[in-house]
Amino acid sequence: MLEIKNLHARIADDGTEIIRGLDLTVKAGEVAAIMGPNGSGKSTLSYILSGRDGYEVTEGDVVYNGESILGLDAAERAARGVFLAFQYPVEIPGVATLQFLRVALDEQRQARGEEEMTTPAFMHFVKETAARLRIDMQMLKRPLNVGFSGGEKKRAEILQMALLEPKLCVLDETDSGLDIDALKIVADGVNALRSPDRAFIVITHYQRLLEYIVPDTVHVLYKGRIIRSGDKSLAHELEANGYAEVIADAA
Amino acid sequence: MPAIQETVDRVRMIDIDQYRYGFETTIPVDKAPKGLSEDIIRFISARKREPSWTLEWRLDAYRRWLTMEEPSWARVDYPEIDFNDIYYYAAPEGISGPKSLAEVDPEILRVYEKLGIPLHEQEILAGVETRIAVDAVFDSVSVVTTFKQELRKAGVIFMSISEAIREHPELVKKYLGSVVPTTDNFYATLNSAVFSDGSFVYVPPGVRCPMELSTYFRINERNTGQFERTLIIADKGAYVSYLEGCTAPHRDENQLHAAVVELVAMEDAEIKYSTVQNWYPGDKQGKGGVYNFVTKRGDCRGDRSKISWTQVETGSAITWKYPSCILRGNDSRGEFYSIAVSNGHQQIDSGTKMIHLGKNTSSRIVSKGIAAGFSDNTYRGKVSAHRRATNARNFTQCDSLLIGDKCGAHTVPYIEAKNSSANFEHEATTSKISEDQLFYCLQRGIPEEAAIALIVNGFVKEVLQELPMEFAVEVQKLISISLEGSVG
Repeated sequence: MLEIKNLHARIADDGTEIIRGLDLTVKAGEVAAIMGPNGSGKSTLSYILSGRDGYEVTEGDVVYNGESILGLDAAERAARGVFLAFQYPVEIPGVATLQFLRVALDEQRQARGEEEMTTPAFMHFVKETAARLRIDMQMLKRPLNVGFSGGEKKRAEILQMALLEPKLCVLDETDSGLDIDALKIVADGVNALRSPDRAFIVITHYQRLLEYIVPDTVHVLYKGRIIRSGDKSLAHELEANGYAEVIADAA
Repeated sequence: MPAIQETVDRVRMIDIDQYRYGFETTIPVDKAPKGLSEDIIRFISARKREPSWTLEWRLDAYRRWLTMEEPSWARVDYPEIDFNDIYYYAAPEGISGPKSLAEVDPEILRVYEKLGIPLHEQEILAGVETRIAVDAVFDSVSVVTTFKQELRKAGVIFMSISEAIREHPELVKKYLGSVVPTTDNFYATLNSAVFSDGSFVYVPPGVRCPMELSTYFRINERNTGQFERTLIIADKGAYVSYLEGCTAPHRDENQLHAAVVELVAMEDAEIKYSTVQNWYPGDKQGKGGVYNFVTKRGDCRGDRSKISWTQVETGSAITWKYPSCILRGNDSRGEFYSIAVSNGHQQIDSGTKMIHLGKNTSSRIVSKGIAAGFSDNTYRGKVSAHRRATNARNFTQCDSLLIGDKCGAHTVPYIEAKNSSANFEHEATTSKISEDQLFYCLQRGIPEEAAIALIVNGFVKEVLQELPMEFAVEVQKLISISLEGSVG
């Protein structure tokens, strides 16, 4: 589904190189965890995959479902099924969450040449999905993320993920700022979305989240490259020994 | 939701020059000679078959105007206006006042049709559309007023001011100039001398006007100024909601629009006045566009009366306007809700005045300014409490949103309390559409133009809620169109 080949990327403004020859393959149905110490390029990777402005790819390619997506803007990638769950979801004052969801869904469907969803069908879809994620419909009447607690914000992200039905989901440190109950709800939401035709890239600093979202593969990102890959036992090893050993081995 | 979809579709359809009311119509016209003099004023007055008191009133204003100077305190910049290079009267030939629909030149009806303004009563009556009585003003004259008979049954007088001067001189004489005196300011005085047409509304005691009233102003003729005069009176316990809309064709030269609107609310009366101003704003380089120099004022003359201004300003090259409330009656209330959108080279200096004179008077100001392109957007407001105005209360909230880094937003509040029991609150914020917000929307599949429309509509939501329902949707579209091309 996703193939990242020898990717090099830098910050457009000052030319700082962040990604330095990254290779990664994620298959449909796979949950790949990306772990790494602070400053290793985890968030940058999520931005480059989702097409945020301000980064320059200097070498390599990102191939998604057989086509390079580097020439597409963020909205076009989203319409093709790339979804990023934000570490810090953004507030949009005055725009009800429900309204935002409707616009996003309509835009994506339109971009894919699909028919617009009728209002009753949309409402039914939202109610059902929200109930599954234990989200109160009242919350969806409030402006998007404005005054939401940390847990509510992350749940709203997962709700969007469930409604937009993406093919490639990138979760950027979704566990940060969550207590254990909220973490479980988010993980349950993600697990419910696991399917043979959908892949996940779970970016996290800690092993904790991976107890609830059990990955198929674990990759250690350091200084912009994957320095080691393994199965879920690698996460446990990191938890026990820290990053230092893996880094030393790779050096 | 569907409205936003439509907005986006429409924005997509529109090319760089997004003003869609810019068409020009060729209609035979009856014009006064160019320039301004006592003779021209006599010409206008004669064309309107006015009684002698009105002519004297005009001449008196004109003589005073000659001694006045154009104000220069506003934060706007424009070349000097040659007041002798303007036509002060232009009327579609053969029309000196409103007629029945059957008599109106079909070409004019087509103009309003193109603007999406319903004038055919039968169609409206038969259909599901909301019923709104419309007074259509084309250049200097009112061409048609709908639903007059039905309103008459309720006792409501709704007609052009020219007609009212002839048919209800006692009412006009009593109230005209009683809120905005002829001596008020340069443009108001000019208007008093040369005012062309506008609407007159009188709602008798205890009557709730059975439908929305509305006036649509259209400047069509080249080099022609529009000087409308509107007078609305809500007698004791009456209620009326009124909406005005304005458009003009694309012109390379600037057009002058200097209107005066006076509102009078007697005891327990309420007037709700909404404006959707979409005069031609000029082209990308700032060439052409309407100079909108307007004096609007409401007098809460009776106890417990209420006047509410809601304005959506998206057009005009220059806007200079401060719809105000004089809170004379005890326990009276004034409100001002404003959305001012500027793009390209537009300049807006707008706000309100809340003059608290009576006891226990209250006022509320919510202003949302959105600046994009190279535009300048200033909120200027005054809140004052007179010595006798015990317990005057005001709440002001002034928010500015900047799109891009070549535009400016300014807030100039004046607060004056001569009474220690006054309680005035002022809140102001300035923000930008952040790169984070845009990326968040893009990541969810919402393209940039649609994302900006969504964020801006969220920003102005509080004010949109104050507009009559039917117009709120239209206004959302209008705002998006005005901001087309503001990024990238």
